[in-house]
Amino acid sequence: MVRGEENGTAIRAEGVSRHYQMGGSVIRAVDDVSLSIATGEFVALLGSSGSGKSTLLNLIAGLDRPTGGSVFVQNRNLSVLDTHELAQYRSATVGMVFQSFNLLPRMTLEENVELPLRLAEFPRNERKARVDEALKHVHLERRLNHRPNELSGGEQQRAAIARALVNRPSILLADEPTGNLDSSTGEEVMHLLKSFNESLGVTVVMITHERSLANRFAQRILTLADGKLIAETMPDDPRTPAGVLR
Amino acid sequence: MKIGDLTELALRNLREALLRNSLTTLGVCVGVASLVAMLSLGVGLQQFASKRLENSGLFNAVFVYSQSDMQEFRGPRRTGSAATPPLESRPLDESARRDLSRLPNVTEVYPQVRFMTEVRFADNPYPTSVAGVPDSARSDGAFDGMQGRFFSGPNANEAILQSDFAKELSNSPSSLIGKDLVLRYAERQSFSSTNGSSADVGFSVVPHEKQLRIIGIVDTEPEGGFGGFGRSRVFIPLALAEHLSATDVSDLRELVNGNGANRAYSSLTVRLKSATDVQNAENAIKNMGFATFSLLDTTKNLRLFFTVIDLLLGIFGSLALAVATLGIVNTLVMAILERRREIGVFKALGADDRDVRQLFFAEAGVMGLIGGIGGVFLGWLIGRALTLGTNIYLARQSFPPVKISAVPLWLAVGAIAFAVGVSLIAGLYPATRAARLNPVEALRYE
Ligand SMILES: Nc1ncnc2c1ncn2[C@@H]1O[C@H](COP(=O)(O)OP(=O)(O)O)[C@@H](O)[C@H]1O
Ligand SMILES: [Mg+2]
Repeated sequence: MVRGEENGTAIRAEGVSRHYQMGGSVIRAVDDVSLSIATGEFVALLGSSGSGKSTLLNLIAGLDRPTGGSVFVQNRNLSVLDTHELAQYRSATVGMVFQSFNLLPRMTLEENVELPLRLAEFPRNERKARVDEALKHVHLERRLNHRPNELSGGEQQRAAIARALVNRPSILLADEPTGNLDSSTGEEVMHLLKSFNESLGVTVVMITHERSLANRFAQRILTLADGKLIAETMPDDPRTPAGVLR
Repeated sequence: MKIGDLTELALRNLREALLRNSLTTLGVCVGVASLVAMLSLGVGLQQFASKRLENSGLFNAVFVYSQSDMQEFRGPRRTGSAATPPLESRPLDESARRDLSRLPNVTEVYPQVRFMTEVRFADNPYPTSVAGVPDSARSDGAFDGMQGRFFSGPNANEAILQSDFAKELSNSPSSLIGKDLVLRYAERQSFSSTNGSSADVGFSVVPHEKQLRIIGIVDTEPEGGFGGFGRSRVFIPLALAEHLSATDVSDLRELVNGNGANRAYSSLTVRLKSATDVQNAENAIKNMGFATFSLLDTTKNLRLFFTVIDLLLGIFGSLALAVATLGIVNTLVMAILERRREIGVFKALGADDRDVRQLFFAEAGVMGLIGGIGGVFLGWLIGRALTLGTNIYLARQSFPPVKISAVPLWLAVGAIAFAVGVSLIAGLYPATRAARLNPVEALRYE
């Protein structure tokens, strides 16, 4: 919170809801959530499976639109952006990391990392340097020409982080980035995220269902249950809900 | 995304599902090939037919006679319109020939020189008709498919034989080329009519012989024997024929007219650059005071006929291409299903709907382009094969070879552009569907 006050708000949600109509019933994946995340902050989104974490993250990412309320990022209301502007917002402001890495299997690491630069129409002759730099940050500079299936899970996730950061976004959104990794590899990835948060000042919102990880790496923990924000705690706060977690 | 990136990504996507995309592209290729083969056949037949007609020499020529000759057939000459006052009958002589050759778009003016004479070959006499061939026959294709070669010059002591005549001379006609024959002709010598004998007015006739080298054998007579002198069997250069100045029909008539010293032509052929020049030239020649005869531009009707044929062939050819485009639709729709996740990732990384749409478009376009290029080549091959097959058949019936298919540049470029265009249309639905894909759903299921 200290840094938030210094640097302003990166992300603000005001009564955000994402409801799905399923036949006659309504599924409230995200229900009236209000939150504020400061620039440069490292926040963990905690909650059991199906609690609405991914849905909320997608709303912040501009991949989805809320059915109620608004998301503001750097004081821009995402609701008023059209599809094209949302795409530009994702391209310029947001980097995303997924549980299943989501590297494109048919492309080499280099090409995977280059992809956001292509989409951002980044000058061709400067791309190589950017890609090399990003891969160097995650210690994969020697695996440039490898395909994802030639890499271990941890390496793939590091490559995905390089891809998420290559366009120098101010916000990194990670949906269970350690979910498919064993604990020591997951640890490495967490350290990497933490280091980018600290060295580059990237705001990180990370989904996890492991309270211990949240406690060790996040500056603040937001807990979701049934689409609602039920707790906002500091690390190692005993009030962080535990019973609902897997 | 920039076009370069789109193309790169499209190519790499196509390379990944290589078998399927190759088959789809092959479908386009076959579709385009059928279109190109059909149209090349249409174009080839058209070229063949028009060339045959042009070679006949009937359509870019005006045949000129003197008015007085025509009056003998038609009775009194009708007076022309006010703009063209009645003209004096003018003799068709050397000065007239010069004037005619100065008209615009005239390539050559020459008389019909044809005479009956005796040819000696291997000590045997053959009475035959000899015709002078103008130098323009060299380039207008009238002697296409001949054995041997055309005259080396307008005065060369050379002869080309009609093939039936060649068979008469020898059992193996082609062996005649390079051998000599002797032409017996009667030379006319003018003198002033002072000796009073009515039979000798104007000139006397002196027999001569001329040795000619046989240089070629031709199947059909150029101009199809037009001119009313029957078919000739020995052809010699026109200037040589004129020089030999043998007694021909016009001379006999001049004799009757008692006008022997000033030699006139019975008719002249005015050859023009193209069939479209005929109308103007004919008018100009009429104004000079001559009677003319020409065939109107029948090639116009021919072109209309072939346009209709091309259209029909094009429609049939397009059917195969239409089927092929269904293959594109199918392949791309399949690709959407398989690449759901990839599309989701693209969007998560900042891709716009438009980027996704253009990527699918690019893939459709590349398949169309490659299929189009391959199809033009394949279609050309099919046309070649058809020509080859036809010629084998024709050769068995001892006809000269023909070229029945042609792929002009416009057809090649047009077919490729058509293939790309049709492929893009085929990509419309898949591309739109891919672009609309909801990224959240695409990313959700692992
Ligand atoms: N497209 C959808 N249609 C209906 N229900 C959905 C849809 N997307 C998500 N949900 C529901 O919303 C809830 C939250 O999902 P999600 O955000 O993925 O949870 P989490 O990431 O916390 O596991 C779940 O109950 C899920 O079934
Ligand atoms: Mg989730």
